[in-house]
Amino acid sequence: MATNKRLLRDIRLGINTLLLHKLRSSLTMLGIVFGVGSVVAMLAIGEGASQEALEHIRKLGSRNIIIRALKPADENQQELKHSVMSVYGLHYADEQRISESSPHIKRTIPAKIFNKTVRSGGNALEARVVGTIPDWFEFLHNKLIAGRTITQKDMEQQHPICILSEDIARPLLAQQHSIGAHIKIGNDYFEVVGIVASSASSTGGVESPSQPRDIYIPLTVCKKYFGDRIQKRVTGSRELSKVELHQIIAEVSDDSLVESTAVALNALLSYHHPKHDYEVSVPLSLLQQAEATKRTFTIVLGSIAGISLIVGGIGIMNIMLASVTERTREIGIRRAIGARKKDIIRQFLIETIVLSMTGGILGIGFGVLVPLLVEQWTDMPTVIPVYAIWLSLGISVLVGVIFGMYPARKAASLNPIEALRHE
Amino acid sequence: MSDNIVVQLQDICKTYHMGGETIHALQNVSLSFQQGSFWAILGHSGSGKSTLLNVLGCLDVVNSGSYILDGIDVSQLDDEALSDIRLRKLGFIFQSFNLINQLTVQENIALPLYYLGWDADESAERAAEIAHVVGLEGRLGHRPSQLSGGQQQRVAIARALANNPSIILADEPTGNLDSATGHAIMDLLFSLHDQGTTILMVTHTPEVAERIPNAVMMKDGQVDNITTNRIEKAGTFNGH
Ligand SMILES: Nc1ncnc2c1ncn2[C@@H]1O[C@H](COP(=O)(O)OP(=O)(O)OP(=O)(O)O)[C@@H](O)[C@H]1O
Ligand SMILES: [Mg+2]
Repeated sequence: MATNKRLLRDIRLGINTLLLHKLRSSLTMLGIVFGVGSVVAMLAIGEGASQEALEHIRKLGSRNIIIRALKPADENQQELKHSVMSVYGLHYADEQRISESSPHIKRTIPAKIFNKTVRSGGNALEARVVGTIPDWFEFLHNKLIAGRTITQKDMEQQHPICILSEDIARPLLAQQHSIGAHIKIGNDYFEVVGIVASSASSTGGVESPSQPRDIYIPLTVCKKYFGDRIQKRVTGSRELSKVELHQIIAEVSDDSLVESTAVALNALLSYHHPKHDYEVSVPLSLLQQAEATKRTFTIVLGSIAGISLIVGGIGIMNIMLASVTERTREIGIRRAIGARKKDIIRQFLIETIVLSMTGGILGIGFGVLVPLLVEQWTDMPTVIPVYAIWLSLGISVLVGVIFGMYPARKAASLNPIEALRHE
Repeated sequence: MSDNIVVQLQDICKTYHMGGETIHALQNVSLSFQQGSFWAILGHSGSGKSTLLNVLGCLDVVNSGSYILDGIDVSQLDDEALSDIRLRKLGFIFQSFNLINQLTVQENIALPLYYLGWDADESAERAAEIAHVVGLEGRLGHRPSQLSGGQQQRVAIARALANNPSIILADEPTGNLDSATGHAIMDLLFSLHDQGTTILMVTHTPEVAERIPNAVMMKDGQVDNITTNRIEKAGTFNGH
């Protein structure tokens, strides 16, 4: 209790001494400000990257392997002009092969995914149509707002029904009672049987199972009404393609098997797809990408931080050495009165730590600002973790101790008689 | 009689080496001072007065000899223990006041109490009390630079008194003051002496030295002459 009071008194005294030379003190702090600022920015960007990756994984499922149809690049160029139908993508048979390839694959979820114009009354909208199976909805973390999702019965009966995402339902069915309404997808009428909430936003780069403007229909219905041919208008000319399946999600029984299973699936598919018109992606590997991003920033900002902190620390040491020389007489007086060497060390160390910690606190402010700007200018998300604040304060104290120790010891080791004689 | 001795120096030697030359600042100095006595330390410049005072004040270590202070053999102590002796048993007054200008008068006076670990309220109270004794009421919040030389020396005296020391050591305390102010400071020291404080004081000024009952005359680092009870006690307060 008493020692706390004493420490507060010493800190106040240290602040007063530093306030005697305001400009000098603030210039001295700059290095620490930038150093600590870089530490905070580094951690904020790194944390943002890994949280984004975790968010992806949450949406895509950590045990899932996503296999997507890919239009081969060379074929694309050759046949563009002639409007010949390009055939690529995953086959219905692939799903079978995948699910039988390994006992670790719990299930597979196929999907046909393409864009279509949907109409209702006078409204027309471009939407992403997903033809899939009931299991799909287990991957959708979006809430069911009304009605129901696709059932096994829908698959068998092959009635034209659909489930809309909220962002489609609102503008399309503005006035009408949504469930039971009929909308036109392409040239066919579908009955709306359910509405699900829309995802907040698309997850940058990666195609997620849920997007804001989705329409879900049973895969069997999809085959029956739209077949495998897709027509796409590209500025005047038409692009025709034949794709059986656009995507297959393979769920593995355990996190630890995801990587190896993905490798095996890749090998399996490359045998059946010599054109390599597919892509295997593992959400879990996004975490590794995030780690890589994080590492880059850690190296860049870490170097800046390290250099700034060392330069800042040396600056502080320099000022404190000057201060010791200036205050030689004061030190002599204190020693004559009975201050021990460690009392002198304590006094100068506290002063240095007050200086470096003030720099650290300003640096935290600076470090909070930088990620905000980064977020403004790039689409990189940033999150400032609470431990970054404590770490920064810890680093500032450490810099104060390391670079303050030498001046403080020098002050303490002065000969009292000579110090008293000092002008 | 002998159990009243507060300082006992025996064969103290202190030498300095300056570029091959050895300076005998103190040579076989043996002295003893009684509790409550007031001594002038006199001698020409360079005779070793300040060196003697620094040794007495535990600021300097000697080459040989023993020094018993208040029953403690301080010649055997390390730096930390010597600091503690200074803190608990000694009070210093310097020619050039040696106050810390960043601190207020009150904080200067309370400085020894800070190192003794007193809490802020207690030491503020004690500082005010001593300020009253030395005639500095109303100046507690000032900075030393805002005070006259005489007032600054009073602050220094108050600081020397704060820890209730066994001995006050003063090195030419009136040296930077005009004679009237110097006499006022001496009056203050005499009143402390009357209350039983032991005072050892280096001085060059004959009028000041004349008022002090006992004197050690130093010459070339040696004790040249010791005179005790030179003055009738009554004479000390001439005209007061
Ligand atoms: N740090 C030192 N290094 C070398 N010689 C010193 C040192 N301090 C004192 N001396 C020498 O020791 C001798 C005694 O010095 P001291 O300061 O005790 O004299 P003094 O009697 O106080 O003189 P003054 O009246 O001028 O103050 C002198 O010859 C001085 O030069
Ligand atoms: Mg001297």
